[in-house]
Amino acid sequence: MAAVESLPPGTPSAMRNAFGTVLSALILVLIGVLAFSIRLFSVIKYESVIHEFDPYFNYRVTQFLSKNGIYEFWNWFDDRTWYPLGRVIGGTVYPGLTLTAGTIWWVLNAINIPLSVETVCVFTAPVFSAFASWATYLLTKEVKGSGAGLAAAALLAMVPSYISRSVAGSYDNEAVAIFALIFTFYLYIKTLNTGSLFYATLNAIAYFYMVCSWGGYTFIINLIPMHVLLCIVTGRYSPRLYIAYAPLVVLGTLLAALVPVVGFNAVLTSEHFASFLVFIIIHVVALVYYIKGILTPKMFKVAVTLVVSIGLVVCLIVVAVLVALVASSPTGGWSGRSLSLLDPTYASKYIPIIASVSEHQPPTWPSYFMDINVLAFLVPAGIIACFSPLSDASSFVVLYIVMSVYFSGVMVRLMLVLAPAACIMSGIALSQAFDVFTGSIKYQLSSKSKDDAEDNTSTKNAPKDDASSGKADKGEEVAKERLSKKGKKKEREPAEKPSVKSKIVKKKALVLPLEASIVALLLLIMLGAFYVIHCVWAAAEAYSAPSIVLTSQSHDGLHVFDDFRESYAWLSHNTDVDDKVASWWDYGYQTTAMANRTVIVDNNTWNNTHIATVGTAMSSPEKAAWEIFNSLDVKYVLVVFGGVIGYPSDDINKFLWMVRIGGGEFPHIKEADYLRDGQYRIDSEATPTMLNCLMYKLCYYRFVETDGKGYDRVRRTEIGKKHFKLTHFEEVFTSHHWMVRIYKLKPQKNRIRGRVKKLKQKTTSGVSSKSVKKNPWM
Amino acid sequence: MAARIWIFSVAVALFLSFSSGHDLQIVNAERRIDLSSHIVNAFLTLKVENIGKDPAADMLLAFPPTQIKHLSMVQAMAITGKKKKKTYLPLDVKPTEQPDAPNDTGYFLVSFATPLTPGETVTLEVLYILTHSLEPFPSEIAQSESQLVYYRDSAVILSPYHIKQQTTFFKTPSARVESFTSVDPANRAGKEIKYGPYEDRAPYSYAPVIVHFENNSPFVVVEELVREIEISHWGSLQITEHYRLTHGGARHKGVFSRVDYQSRRSISGSSSFNALLAVLPPKVNSVYYRDNIGNISTSHLRTGFKKSELEFEPRYPLFGGWRATFIIGYRVPLEDYLFEAPDGRRYLNFTFGCPLVETIVNKLTIKVVLPEGSKDPSTVLPFTVNQDLQVKYSYLDIVGRTVVVLQKDNVVPTHNVPFQVYYTFKPIYMLAEPFMLVSAFFFVFVASLAYVHIDLNIVKK
Repeated sequence: MAAVESLPPGTPSAMRNAFGTVLSALILVLIGVLAFSIRLFSVIKYESVIHEFDPYFNYRVTQFLSKNGIYEFWNWFDDRTWYPLGRVIGGTVYPGLTLTAGTIWWVLNAINIPLSVETVCVFTAPVFSAFASWATYLLTKEVKGSGAGLAAAALLAMVPSYISRSVAGSYDNEAVAIFALIFTFYLYIKTLNTGSLFYATLNAIAYFYMVCSWGGYTFIINLIPMHVLLCIVTGRYSPRLYIAYAPLVVLGTLLAALVPVVGFNAVLTSEHFASFLVFIIIHVVALVYYIKGILTPKMFKVAVTLVVSIGLVVCLIVVAVLVALVASSPTGGWSGRSLSLLDPTYASKYIPIIASVSEHQPPTWPSYFMDINVLAFLVPAGIIACFSPLSDASSFVVLYIVMSVYFSGVMVRLMLVLAPAACIMSGIALSQAFDVFTGSIKYQLSSKSKDDAEDNTSTKNAPKDDASSGKADKGEEVAKERLSKKGKKKEREPAEKPSVKSKIVKKKALVLPLEASIVALLLLIMLGAFYVIHCVWAAAEAYSAPSIVLTSQSHDGLHVFDDFRESYAWLSHNTDVDDKVASWWDYGYQTTAMANRTVIVDNNTWNNTHIATVGTAMSSPEKAAWEIFNSLDVKYVLVVFGGVIGYPSDDINKFLWMVRIGGGEFPHIKEADYLRDGQYRIDSEATPTMLNCLMYKLCYYRFVETDGKGYDRVRRTEIGKKHFKLTHFEEVFTSHHWMVRIYKLKPQKNRIRGRVKKLKQKTTSGVSSKSVKKNPWM
Repeated sequence: MAARIWIFSVAVALFLSFSSGHDLQIVNAERRIDLSSHIVNAFLTLKVENIGKDPAADMLLAFPPTQIKHLSMVQAMAITGKKKKKTYLPLDVKPTEQPDAPNDTGYFLVSFATPLTPGETVTLEVLYILTHSLEPFPSEIAQSESQLVYYRDSAVILSPYHIKQQTTFFKTPSARVESFTSVDPANRAGKEIKYGPYEDRAPYSYAPVIVHFENNSPFVVVEELVREIEISHWGSLQITEHYRLTHGGARHKGVFSRVDYQSRRSISGSSSFNALLAVLPPKVNSVYYRDNIGNISTSHLRTGFKKSELEFEPRYPLFGGWRATFIIGYRVPLEDYLFEAPDGRRYLNFTFGCPLVETIVNKLTIKVVLPEGSKDPSTVLPFTVNQDLQVKYSYLDIVGRTVVVLQKDNVVPTHNVPFQVYYTFKPIYMLAEPFMLVSAFFFVFVASLAYVHIDLNIVKK
């Protein structure tokens, strides 16, 4: 738009620019529509429902926010979870997503569009992925022109890695955070390119939004300093760099400290120290440049030696203080998740609770192919393109991709950070490749026509100019191959236009043979088509299942397993509103959100001991478990059991984590007791401890009566102990496919009965009063 | 024991009160009480004779206070003609108060079509429906037990008039009757218990009886039903029904075992229910069935010319005392339900009541959302309901839509009769929202046009 303003109207090039602007605006709108609609497979194939685990918590918080308002939200102490500890939601949650959806809901209702909170939550992620692809366009445009921008935006709109976290219903922090991440980077680059304080301020605000949204903001606050450092080291220091960095650190840190969940961590934890260090360095460098400017070279040399010697001392002191500070905190000032980023084996060694989450595992090679597909091959080309020529902006994206590749190698979840970088790189690569190939084709065609025709004043230059200017201005490259007629018309225009940007005239070397160019173009298009097909497949098949409702396609049609909601609905309607439900922490968020019952532990795994207590109860024998649960005021115990229909992620398969986490805190639970030949087994080879633990009993209670053999379809074996009775628990609900089983703790043994027993024993002169003494409630 | 004393007091009261002002007597009365579901239907055939000197314009029907609370509906018809050429003439029935009613007896006043001249007789058919009148005993049962209930009534008909001859039949759902109070002559044959005939019973006679029998029919009770009918003049009627359902029978006790429920269906959970049937209008479309945590996938729709049937299951089988909530929504074409009255007003003609079959609704609220800009709503209903007006803001409304709220307690399927809501509406209002959208977009484009063309820089470049 700005380009249109600056040019006088009426001239052909202004017309062309206007046309380009409108065309790229149209393409961007279409990309937005694509990004939104490719994420609707889950709604169409399943239903408009919140997915998985964490989104249910976010949904519940949003409900609370929309009902009670922002102040209540900040002060919200949730007593329905982590019983009896509770959880301060306002101070422990990243509020960005919730506030965003809450605001959208509020605005819509203010103009009388009565969408429910749930609907708004479901569609927040797709909407923000459209925003994210536009932000990608802006960022890439700053780096390599709008052609690359459009290509990158189109790639990001459908990159499977991002789709996996932002399908409709996947209402998680990442949904808005990726947009915030890209947008912050864009504003940083924009500031770096313009040196405008306006953009620097916007950048700090965007960073604030990112801090509100996701713990991944530390990536920004480490990546940008690294880039600044890189610029300084490579001698690219400029006042623009200073403008881009210094306000971000000051404003950004102040703003970040406003977010309750971050608070003083913004200055106290090691994740942020890099930014402060670089902040000091950039000031030193700025000072040096300033002094260099006002002093004569001779004086400067003297000053340097002086300053360096003093500076070294100061630095040493500062470093020593920092090291002392860091060393004084137990984890060295690093949070567990961040530490496991630096040392991938950290979590599995020390924190089983982090290791137990599948998305914290390192990814496998196929998952790279699954999640970024052909981008993996285009990225190197993009990196190369970024080096010709290397600018501040392109060095930033190179750094971005390098860092994100490393982090994605540590944790599957961080593949999400890699995806935008890969899209930007691939967009650049694709756009440059199209430039070269279409340029060559045009050059070849025009040189052919030059032989035939006599009108040959300056067409020789045409491909160069067109290719070089095409990069800088409106991005028709993408459209070009579709509009070959238009391209031909345009050929003559650059002749009139002097090459404004004074780009290098090495284009001659880039001219390829006509056939090779055409074949390469076709191959590129095929590659793109393959990518699109893969993305649509991934969106439709792999990533759209909401995981609370399962479906299976059998010969007699679609079969729906809706057991989770069946039992949550049962809990919510048929138990007392203050009853406490114990389950493994995976189901905590869902239970509080869907069943509205108090849970002992949930997916916010902040208290390891509490989780270990539940783990211990699950791995203890019935009586000990009853005592633990009773002491926690638990009324119902919920277990997930997949043995009847073959649902693999059930509690028996998660049992090893219960034992490990429980054993980590309570040493009387020994993992070895549950293992036979190094494996958790539930068949006839299983250890007695295993066969007597609560989890086994609750899962397999009366299981044998279903088929007469007790054949577990997940473990593919017959269970070890088939007939047993429960003495301290009673089955109160089992869902249709047995996936969820709910047991009630039997009430405490009556004292009166004990007394009667005693009396009887006295009268019959029974000796063993041991059994009575054992009962702790006597 | 209390009942005996009560009879005594009734007998005392009998001489004191002769309030109806008419000298009527019931020559012959036959009462058939159907106990086969949880909705108790009682059919009363009365042959009434005027033995006074003045013509009688109406007569009273009396109900004991225990029944008056649960009385959902009373209908009366006069029968004229014999056997083959019987014609039924609906009569006006309305609740009434009597100043000296003994022991809180409740009354309904039946107005005859033509006043009964002295000596004349008329045959009346009275239907009354009782809800929540079967008391489960034992009140808590385990999964494998079947449900036994008490029904309390009188062996003789409570009436302010002398009844010369009367018989009462109780029809139970199965032959399993644990006990019944014997008031001679009384006997049981299969599913039927017969009390009477009794001769010459004085006014306000009462002989309490208890029938204890097996009733495993689904005690589907909707505690609250809110039906919202939204009229869109763009061609459809959107109906959204919020149900809060419960099993009104004997409470479930202890264990619920899925093994028993699935493998031994015949003896396990016989009083529970899992399938429900809703009768929806024909040409119904866009039907959905969900609750507040999402879609419920167990439903099946059969559409037909006369009616559509939606068979569906709650998320889990309902045992005594268990609850479930859900929402059913559907859309029907407007032209079948919205008409223009001769005076230019429009009226909606829709069915009152609950679409679920064999259901008691404790509290029914029907909200008819008229289109924005409608005025002067009025309703026509065959029975009295509480009425109220509200305003609802929906998609891009400015002044809001008028909502006619009809509220009635204790609704049974017999209440599923058409009702009408009249209102005036100018079709021009239909264009308001499209116009708003168009102008909003227009404004956006104009604004962006202006932004592009106006130079906002302070410093001239």
